[in-house]
Amino acid sequence: MIRLEKRRNISKFWTTVTPVIAVFLTMSFGGLMFGLLLGDFSSAFGAIKLIFWDPLFDENFASYARPQLLVKAGPIILIAIGLSIGFKAGIWNIGAEGQYILGAIFGASVALSLYPQESVLIFPAMILAGALGGFIWALIPALLKVYFKTNEILVSLMLVYVAENILASVSQGLLRNPEGMGLPGSRNLKDYPSAHNSEILVNSGMHWGVLTAFLAVILAYFLFLKHQKGYEIRIAGEAPKAAYFAGINPSKTIIFCMGMSGLLAGMAGLFEVAGPAGQITMSFNSGYGFTAIIVAFLGRLNPLGILLAGLLMALTYIGGEIAQLMLGLPGASIQLLQGMLLFFLLATDIFTNYRIKSRGS
Amino acid sequence: MVIFGIDLVLLISALMISATPVLLAAIGEAVVEKSGVLNLGVEGMMITGAVIGFIFAVNTQIPIYGFICAAIAGALLSVLFAVLTQYIMSNQVATGLGLTMVGLGLSALIGKPYEGIKSPTLSKIEIPILSDIPILGPMIFSHDAIVYFSVILVATVAFVISKTRIGLVLRAVGENQEAAHALGYKVVRIRFLAIMFGGATAGIGGAYISLARVPQWTEGMTAGAGWIALALVVFASWKPWRVLLGAYLFGGITVLQLNLQAIGVAIPVEILSMSPYLVTIVVLVGISLFGHHTAPGSLARPFHASQ
Repeated sequence: MIRLEKRRNISKFWTTVTPVIAVFLTMSFGGLMFGLLLGDFSSAFGAIKLIFWDPLFDENFASYARPQLLVKAGPIILIAIGLSIGFKAGIWNIGAEGQYILGAIFGASVALSLYPQESVLIFPAMILAGALGGFIWALIPALLKVYFKTNEILVSLMLVYVAENILASVSQGLLRNPEGMGLPGSRNLKDYPSAHNSEILVNSGMHWGVLTAFLAVILAYFLFLKHQKGYEIRIAGEAPKAAYFAGINPSKTIIFCMGMSGLLAGMAGLFEVAGPAGQITMSFNSGYGFTAIIVAFLGRLNPLGILLAGLLMALTYIGGEIAQLMLGLPGASIQLLQGMLLFFLLATDIFTNYRIKSRGS
Repeated sequence: MVIFGIDLVLLISALMISATPVLLAAIGEAVVEKSGVLNLGVEGMMITGAVIGFIFAVNTQIPIYGFICAAIAGALLSVLFAVLTQYIMSNQVATGLGLTMVGLGLSALIGKPYEGIKSPTLSKIEIPILSDIPILGPMIFSHDAIVYFSVILVATVAFVISKTRIGLVLRAVGENQEAAHALGYKVVRIRFLAIMFGGATAGIGGAYISLARVPQWTEGMTAGAGWIALALVVFASWKPWRVLLGAYLFGGITVLQLNLQAIGVAIPVEILSMSPYLVTIVVLVGISLFGHHTAPGSLARPFHASQ
């Protein structure tokens, strides 16, 4: 018989090692799953290699895939950094997808209302508007939690569905391209130089959103390491009562955490709509808000961890696209792979929090 | 009875059908939460039930087999959650979210070949005598077996929780896990079973969407029903009969907005489509304002019996 003994402090060693174990387990079981899907287990290894290795190192794919890695990782990391701030404080914003949509709508509205004027101030104004959109959308569950103790998990998630309906509405109405021959979807911001979130270096995938994501990683790192606010957030999450008695205002913590995560998610939405996506369409959002939840956990709510986890998750997206193209693997299998990754991580978490001992020893 | 171009008999009857999936999922989740566990994976278990139920119903052409297999599938998926949270002590919120993601991915994957097929539908069971009552008969007593089953299930759960020993133990485990453990109750085992029950009912609820309400399989077709079920449990203050009330209220709003869309009211379609979610938020706020906070004392707290 084995028994568990709770560790007094979480193990630093296992905190670092378990994500790696989880990734390997996901690759193994994912390979098994692909073997089953393809009806041929000998190709299972090839499928895993195609997803996790080839996008970076195979010369046929790398020229396309490497820049794409940054394009996909940027918004995911940006959102996940925001979410991690709340998760640390035990505040569960799981509606980042909605805040992402609102950010995109707010930001794009600024550009579309100024079209076709050109000014260097337009893009910064869009970023502010995008951040504001996400911020406002996240403030709803935050204020409801502060004033009415309403569950923020449910409210933030309900607002995703509301945001999707708003998106559908504006892409067919308010923001529809007047020269689009009645088709849904806004003007393409790629054709509007002042509003276009262009690559900073050509063919690097590095656009302003990616840069912002990296900046957010660094700022979050200092927030938690050096700043009083970061300390307060951690206390609020780990020992709510102690935080309360220490005079840390729980309402302010809720509003700060939710607001920050909404702000970053909104910015991610703006960078996406002004850059890689180009326009507001009904299917503009692609689930980054949900993937970011996995990334936040996989990165251990640690900014540097999130950076790595975000890049890994972006890799599965791109590898998944390639595998779809080359092997005809269904798109949903990648979604399943990502879910599996989270599960394996949670399962191996036991090693960080508990010591495993055989009975009698 | 026709009011503003909407037939009231049809409306109530459609309301019950529309409410059944969330009702089934919510009554199961109420039991899970009563035992002190928060499973946010309802959406994932529902969609898995929807696809498994559909596949088995189409292949056997017997809808009831679909529902049975959906219940098993939902329960099996919930075992994953139960093992992780009860034995491996993982975070319940994260694990539940993971379960939803896995469920959505898995269902999309295995359901692909079944898109665009029509499923066999359940036949209506007219309850003798009662279904002959004017207005009330066709409204309430002329439904398929699962609608009746859901109501009976609510009654059974209400009875078991408040009147039986099993219910008492379940509540004890949920209210104060340490005390229940000290009394010798197997906290983990009881929670494990409660989680599986929740999985099974969520599976049936999901299958009701793909086999009766729509009846077709499309990717992501539960469209947040699992989350609404979670909200209903809070709305109901963890009381079974209030879950029924909440589900029917919600079903009423859903059906009403669809009817309003159909008769072409001058309200944008998107506003109508988002109304169920908005109403859920408003109701959650209302409950927080006026309701009694009767959440089980040990809700979402991990339990590890140290010697």
